[in-house]
Amino acid sequence: MLKSSEQDVQKVFTRRALVLAGGKLTLVGALAARLYYLQVIEAEKFELLSRDNQFNLELLPPIRGRILDRNGTPLADNQDNFRVEIVREQTDDVALTLDKLASIIEVQEWDVRRVLKDVKRKRAFVPVTVVENLTREEIARVAVNAPYLPGIRIEVGRSRRYPFGEAAVHVTGYVAAVSESELTGDPVLELPDFRIGKNGIEKSHDTEMRGTAGQRQVEVNAIGRIIRKLPGDEGQPGEDVRLTIDVELQRFANERLSRGLANRLPIDDPRGQLALGQASADVVEAHIDRATVLVDDDGAVVEPESGAAVVIDVHSGELLALSSVPGYDPNPFNHGLSAKDWERLLSNPRAPLNNKAITGQYPPGSTFKMLTCLAALDSGLANADTRFFCPGHLELGDTRFHCWKRPGHGWLDMKAALAQSCDVYMYELGKRLGIDKIHAMGKRLGLGSKLGIDLPGEREGLMPSRDWKLATRGVPWQQGETLVSSIGQGFVLTTPLQLATMTARMVNGGFKVEPTLVKRAATGGGDAAATFESTGLDPRHLEEIRTAMSEVVNGDRGTARGVQGADDDVKIGGKTGTAQVRRITMAERLAGITKNKDRPWGHRDHALFVGFGPVDAPRFAVATVVEHGGGGSSMAAPIASDILREAIRIDPLRGGLTRNGTSAADPVQEADQQGVTRSSGGTRG
Amino acid sequence: MAVNSFRSDGLNQPELTFGQKLTSLNWLLVLLITMIAAVGFLMLYSAANGDVYPWAVRHAVRYGVCLLVMVTIAMVDIRFWIKSAYIGYALVLALLLLVEVMGEIGMGAQRWIDLGVVQLQPSELMKIALVLALARFFHGFSYEEVGNPLNLLVPLLLIALPAVLVLRQPDLGTALMMLAGSGAIFFLAGVRIWKFMLVIAAGLGAIPIAWQFLRGYQKQRILTFLDPESDPLGSGYHILQSKIALGSGGMFGKGFLKGSQSHLNFLPEKQTDFIFTMLAEEFGMVGGLAMLGLYVLTIGYGFAIAIRCRSQFGRLVAMGVTTTLFLYLFINVAMVMGLIPVVGVPLPLISYGGTAMLTMMIGLGLLLGVSIHRDVRIARSGVDEE
Repeated sequence: MLKSSEQDVQKVFTRRALVLAGGKLTLVGALAARLYYLQVIEAEKFELLSRDNQFNLELLPPIRGRILDRNGTPLADNQDNFRVEIVREQTDDVALTLDKLASIIEVQEWDVRRVLKDVKRKRAFVPVTVVENLTREEIARVAVNAPYLPGIRIEVGRSRRYPFGEAAVHVTGYVAAVSESELTGDPVLELPDFRIGKNGIEKSHDTEMRGTAGQRQVEVNAIGRIIRKLPGDEGQPGEDVRLTIDVELQRFANERLSRGLANRLPIDDPRGQLALGQASADVVEAHIDRATVLVDDDGAVVEPESGAAVVIDVHSGELLALSSVPGYDPNPFNHGLSAKDWERLLSNPRAPLNNKAITGQYPPGSTFKMLTCLAALDSGLANADTRFFCPGHLELGDTRFHCWKRPGHGWLDMKAALAQSCDVYMYELGKRLGIDKIHAMGKRLGLGSKLGIDLPGEREGLMPSRDWKLATRGVPWQQGETLVSSIGQGFVLTTPLQLATMTARMVNGGFKVEPTLVKRAATGGGDAAATFESTGLDPRHLEEIRTAMSEVVNGDRGTARGVQGADDDVKIGGKTGTAQVRRITMAERLAGITKNKDRPWGHRDHALFVGFGPVDAPRFAVATVVEHGGGGSSMAAPIASDILREAIRIDPLRGGLTRNGTSAADPVQEADQQGVTRSSGGTRG
Repeated sequence: MAVNSFRSDGLNQPELTFGQKLTSLNWLLVLLITMIAAVGFLMLYSAANGDVYPWAVRHAVRYGVCLLVMVTIAMVDIRFWIKSAYIGYALVLALLLLVEVMGEIGMGAQRWIDLGVVQLQPSELMKIALVLALARFFHGFSYEEVGNPLNLLVPLLLIALPAVLVLRQPDLGTALMMLAGSGAIFFLAGVRIWKFMLVIAAGLGAIPIAWQFLRGYQKQRILTFLDPESDPLGSGYHILQSKIALGSGGMFGKGFLKGSQSHLNFLPEKQTDFIFTMLAEEFGMVGGLAMLGLYVLTIGYGFAIAIRCRSQFGRLVAMGVTTTLFLYLFINVAMVMGLIPVVGVPLPLISYGGTAMLTMMIGLGLLLGVSIHRDVRIARSGVDEE
């Protein structure tokens, strides 16, 4: 009984143990099957995931191409930016190390606080930047003390630098951090210190200057620490962009424009100090960070003028200067401009952010008169000897159109009419021509549409026509509007760039030069006939216009005879223009306010001048607009002629004078010595 | 003394001498166990990026000490173990209670007792103590007596006490292992199948209620197990990385010390719970299957020893220890392969960890002891020879 019971128990045990063993074997079989599934069937997928884990792609940002002027002087380049970093895991006491660092170089209190906060937030091996933009001397001090500064290391990055500051800012533009909307999916844009062109050449040639990023695989562990760097593709540095701009001429033009009719004195000059002491707060504000002060003949501080000047090679279309004042310093944009500084730039009534040479649209005023004359000559309605009588006004229907000279000019031929800028003569031509012919001539000379310059923001100006008027205003064209248009007022709007191009096309033998800003091998010859198509204008007509423009400057009664210069100066030709911004109101007239100087700045006339030189073999054309500058003769002509003569003087084709011939009294250089713009020294003698 | 064992049911069993015991020790099994521990040494060397410190050396030393413990246990007369089964159980239960009391001060999950020299995890020891206690209880029961439900109350209590304590720690994995191991002993002892069915049915019915009592992280683990990709950087991260490591190992592995997942720290807990993953990453499916093979052989030995034992106590102890070993292996490997939720169960003899190794080696010592004393007859009462 006992035995059988024990045997029963054993039998049950054996049977059930077999079942249990079978179950275990099945489960181990399931494990083996799972192993097979993961390691054979799914192996490829997991192999891929494992590589994804193991390797990260590291982008090596390419070095941005430079912007050079026509002589190879860098307008934008890259500067080594030395910074000090701290790595938490390499130092026992971050605060103590920072203390020691602060005894060697200057470390701001708030930087220390920021670092102490950052090192706690980031992983122990991630470096945190302590100070940026170190001088070489500071680097040397840190390097020498390195043994006492555990965890401190010096790293070098690159930041964009504009050695000429604001001098060429409207051409170069600037770079800044990539904004959300500019992300294209290109990963290099997502690098924290990557910069992208936001304006000017930096923007329009961004892609070619950017280059291509290199790539490198880095082996990383689970927390992102780099274990190993594998060799990779070094990438392609960006291309340099060489401009047609001559930076010295550009700086000359800027200075000359902003000076206007005033004298530039060093800010510590006693006369300057005296003048500043008497000036109002906002005028002083305008000079606060400048090394010089502008003082007029009466000893009062004046604000720098606002305007634009364009110098163009009449044969190649190359722009030697594209000046717009006031400007602004592009350097701070690299690290981000403060909201306050940005606000100040935006609210400045003289619009420093605008490149007035291509975005400013001004009535051309009398500078338009050559165009009216050319249209008359070209259509055969008049010739150079055609004479009209100017009684000081012209009646059309009920309306009386005045000449700027109330008593009238008397009998004039075309040359005299241009030289003395007679309005009535142009009214007579306009009346016979009609707006269609004027419009067509404007188009041939480059007005009313974009010239396709390599900069963002170029404006079209306006060359009015019957169709345009009907489409935009809904009423037909009036003949009176033709008369107003024939003297460059009314609807006509031009940019300084268009005026310079127009002038170049008139004096280069009649070729449709197009302004270019970027130097290209193909345009090196400067032979307009080979490069550009003809305007189809008769060379004799152009010759007559040129003679008349010479008369403006060199004739006894020319409106710009004041800028004739001495006998040994280069002879130039040109045309003045004064564009009315606002009519003088009856109230003002009654109060005796007819002079520009007595009116608020924004109400004053624009002063214009277009010119070319030398007269006998034209090389350059210039267009200058001084916003609310008053008269073309008094304000624009002296500025434009100085810039034009400087362009001719430093023209390497003329030989003789070299760049180093600049006199020591050159106000730009004086300003340079005062530290207005830094670090350009290398290019001058 | 193989000759002895085939003698007629001798009433006069001679006491085995120490020499006899030593020669009848199953040295092949000892070799198998040592091989598994050696694999552990290699993997811990790899886990430390090719260094015997900090894990491999201590693993080897522990194994050496545990080997002595194992052989010593194997030498002890099996009747000693049946006599002390309840006392051992009571002692370990007391330790568990102690942990429970100290746990109030610890950091959430308190499972350790610090004895100064070693840290002891009573829940691990309980797995073996429970096997001994249950085997002691069922020893001498006839099939009919086992069939009486009232007789099952005491063993159920034996299970329930430690299980509740372990659950309170909370250590769901160990509690489930205890239940499964005890279940196997119940099954082998002859408890009727329908009773198991009943318990399983009741258990399934209780799942919604039990869910309420699970801790947040336990719920999360189960949810994550059901859909690991849903949270690749959170709780699912471990299991996903483990699968990546396994899968990328492929057929033949990435090579010793060359597992990128393990060495770049994508693999969590590679020296403890996830050591099998590391092995399979570096040695591939071939290595993984070989490893499983070693365990299957060991378990097979255990089965053979159990079948050949003459006493019910020995049979149940041998099969209980074998089942415990199997449960460790299966839960750990199934977990790292994403077959079951993540529960903290080590790979026996390979994972770094003292108590788990000690527990397993004590168990294997008992198994070897059963093998040596397979012919020793034990009285029904378990105390005296009949």
